[in-house]
Amino acid sequence: MMEALMKIFGKKEPSGKVARNRLKVVLVHDRINISPEIMENMRNDIVKVISKYVDIDMNAMEMSLANDDDSVALVANIPVSRMKHDKGGLK
Amino acid sequence: MSEIYVITSGKGGVGKTTTTANLGMGLAMRGKKVVLVDTDTGLRNLDLLLGLENRIMYDLIDVTEGRVPYKKALVRHKKYENLFLLPTSQVKDKNAVNPEQLVKLCEELRQEFDYILIDCPAGIEQGFKTAIAAADVAIVVTMPEISAVRDADKIIGELGRADKENIKLIVNRIRPQMVQSGDMLDMDDINDILSLECIGQVPDDEMVVTSTNRGEPCVALSGSQAGQAYRNIVGRILGEPIPFMTFQKEGILARLKRIFSL
Repeated sequence: MMEALMKIFGKKEPSGKVARNRLKVVLVHDRINISPEIMENMRNDIVKVISKYVDIDMNAMEMSLANDDDSVALVANIPVSRMKHDKGGLK
Repeated sequence: MSEIYVITSGKGGVGKTTTTANLGMGLAMRGKKVVLVDTDTGLRNLDLLLGLENRIMYDLIDVTEGRVPYKKALVRHKKYENLFLLPTSQVKDKNAVNPEQLVKLCEELRQEFDYILIDCPAGIEQGFKTAIAAADVAIVVTMPEISAVRDADKIIGELGRADKENIKLIVNRIRPQMVQSGDMLDMDDINDILSLECIGQVPDDEMVVTSTNRGEPCVALSGSQAGQAYRNIVGRILGEPIPFMTFQKEGILARLKRIFSL
């Protein structure tokens, strides 16, 4: 309601609120400062685990950290080319 | 049971040294035996804020390098006799002391003092790492301004990496008028953003400037708002449940009134 009223009267959002929102976004970035090297190691480990169960297309694989408002998610897109039908991982 | 506090901030100019001087004097006013250790080597100022700049004979580097025992380097405050300053050198640089030396010195100081307050240099480099090494508690000073809050967040991360778990926050230089009109972050905003326990909010107060000019921290001035805020923080450090000063945010009604200039 406040927003609507402020629009009607041509008032800008209070700058304190702007500061708060900008800080929340920038701190999410600051806090997940992962080096490319660690990212690469993590990627290789994930591939190793998944490869025990399915064949994957390494070249088409995508992995990144994504921001969602105030949380961070590890998003991976890993195309599966074939299931392994042996008792994967146990041998 | 003595406690070692480090007063830190990341960003410069947010009031680390002012906070150290006021909390130290405040604790001394409450009868505690206090030593303030300046680790801002090369840029020392704590002596000026306490009005002790003309009484320095030896400094921190003389002590850590073994030239004099620490008792010879301590400067006793004129008025509050259980308040002591261990000044640092104005000519050496931050690498003149290492963490091990400071830890060793603080363990000696523990035998004699109730509170040891370490004034940390700005930045996240070696000087910071040395200053925090001995601390039981870290007080992070910030201001209601995005760059200061961001730097505080960085410092909190660094403290965590150094296994300093006991971290408290002071929000300095709040301007109640601006908070009221919604144009300044308030203590709750900053608490929320940094997810940290706040032990005080200090209003922007001209008496901080005048008391600094005179070398007499405002915690001793009964008419100073900032002084009252520092006295409250001292009380909280001593375990007293003191409510926070409130700077109310403008309610919807007040804001509408203002919009319509009623």
